Amino acid sequence: MAKKLAEHTPGRKIFSSKIATVVVWFVTFVWTVPTLGLLVTSFKDDKKILGEAWWISLLHPDFTFANYKGVFLGDGTESLSAGVLPYFINSIVITLPATIFPIAIATMAAYALAWIRFRGSDFLFFSIFALQVVPLQMALIPLLLLFTGGAHIGSIPIFPALGIAGDFAGIWLPHTMFALPLAIYLLHNFIAGLPRDLMEAAYVDGANHFTVFRRIVLPLAVPGIASIAIFQFLWVWNDLLVALTFASGTEEVAPINSKLASLVGQYGSGYTQLSAGAFITIAIPLIVFFSLQRYFVRGLLAGSVK
Amino acid sequence: MSEFLSTNIPKFTSAFSAIAIFFIVLGLIFTIAGRANGKKARPIALVIFLAPALLLMLAGVVIPGIRTILFSFMNPDSNEFIGLGNYQWMLEDPNIKTIMINTILWILVVPLFTAALGLLLAVMLDRIKHESIPKSLLFMPMAISFVGASIIFKFVYEYNEPGDVQIGLLSAVVEFFGLTPSDWMLSKPLNTFLLMIIYVWTQMGFGMVILSAAIKGVPSDIVEASALDGAHGWRLFRNITFPMVKGTFVVVLATGVVGALKVFDIVRTMTGGNFSTNVLANEMYSQTFVQFDQGKGSALAVVLFLLVAPILIYNIQSLRKERTH
Repeated sequence: MAKKLAEHTPGRKIFSSKIATVVVWFVTFVWTVPTLGLLVTSFKDDKKILGEAWWISLLHPDFTFANYKGVFLGDGTESLSAGVLPYFINSIVITLPATIFPIAIATMAAYALAWIRFRGSDFLFFSIFALQVVPLQMALIPLLLLFTGGAHIGSIPIFPALGIAGDFAGIWLPHTMFALPLAIYLLHNFIAGLPRDLMEAAYVDGANHFTVFRRIVLPLAVPGIASIAIFQFLWVWNDLLVALTFASGTEEVAPINSKLASLVGQYGSGYTQLSAGAFITIAIPLIVFFSLQRYFVRGLLAGSVK
Repeated sequence: MSEFLSTNIPKFTSAFSAIAIFFIVLGLIFTIAGRANGKKARPIALVIFLAPALLLMLAGVVIPGIRTILFSFMNPDSNEFIGLGNYQWMLEDPNIKTIMINTILWILVVPLFTAALGLLLAVMLDRIKHESIPKSLLFMPMAISFVGASIIFKFVYEYNEPGDVQIGLLSAVVEFFGLTPSDWMLSKPLNTFLLMIIYVWTQMGFGMVILSAAIKGVPSDIVEASALDGAHGWRLFRNITFPMVKGTFVVVLATGVVGALKVFDIVRTMTGGNFSTNVLANEMYSQTFVQFDQGKGSALAVVLFLLVAPILIYNIQSLRKERTH
């Protein structure tokens, strides 16, 4: 059945199978080689990184974990904090709440927009949809000022300084705010598609919105929520702009991505640290990607093929 | 070691307690508000479900956006109006001219390449056995951050003096073909295109996956019928397949434009915006947080927003169309 179906899809008629196979595998090879290069380089001896190309090293393997040990834990001459480990921990501490908060809040809002009818709900939905394209850059400066100095009209304070700049809360909050428009839009697509009969039967039985949300919507929307949560997780883990703006760059709060970006700038720090550090940073997203690929693709399709 | 633990364990404690408090508060509100019945039940539910998101978006995106527009007409410290000064600076500064040209290049070249290559591979993937393996490998860079991707390509673009061993793949390949490699990041305008390759490398998988899904959605009887009519190869693609996936193709293009406009991490990591590779989003960051000129930074952010605006309008129109169906 699957084979028969495949024969009927248009691609079958456009290219011959041989050409397609050769081209696809060639592009795949080209696409994968850069990452492979980084992986091999990160296991190379310090002295050989600059003296020998990585594809030559592959021919006579002589690999070491020294770079990983060095970059993770520091080089031993200084305290442990010299390594990227504290930043790696910061990344986890930033990413978990910055994924859970916006997804939870967005799921609630998406439910309200989909199942509680009220005047202006369409307008609200369109406005939220529009907000997702607004560049982050439009919000950075005022938001940072709000965190450090509060809000004033003239000299009258209307909002106190939150005092969370340079704190983890000061990174969770902007990530939560910026994630909401897209998350609400995508979750709305999932939640609005739940079976109407089921929902109406529950309302008729006297269930209120809170019960319906917890007992029906959440369990049924789990696949959708999971796929969008994966995206948010990757977005926060991979983010640089929010981290540079709202985390101070110190090992108290800065995530590994911003540490790595600063390592690139320091010329002396050398390629050993950089290659191993980069691989540590991309390892988590790659693990998430390969283990949850199905959800990942589903999230992607929810946003685009509509 | 104990010092390390004493500074890092509290970090986890703060994250987990924040999450716990968040859900406890939410649970309490749900329980209390769930008791309300009668006429007030619906408005109460509406407020509880919707208000947190609306307030956060208002405080985090809408109001800051409006303030950024105001700041763009003000001095570096945002306490005095200076009219159109920041915009006039943009028109006159030769650096901004380069930046605008680069930004326009990014939004023209990158989306087109991402979408076209994605479409080509999607069509070909449909034709081969074991498509899931190349598909995942081609898609994989999407999970990698722009900083990570930039470091990966820093090694690819590495250059040594002729005669020395070339450890960069690009230099080695160029040398293999008997040409002389150059210091890639310094050669303009090639360097900008080399930065674009990094972006295309990470984002192509997005276009490929959603276009692949769209192609599989083309009804097979249509394809079958036109194949019987003698449509093959390019003609089949042009007359049947492409029109059917055009909507998705446009989505990929639009996403590419928005992404390319906002590109910041790659340029900052690879060249810091030097050697004529600077773009709008990076300049916005430099003006604001390196030069400490909130006026110019805000004006650049507004230009960024204005460039995205057409796509925003297009998206709203297509959503409206879709909703009326």
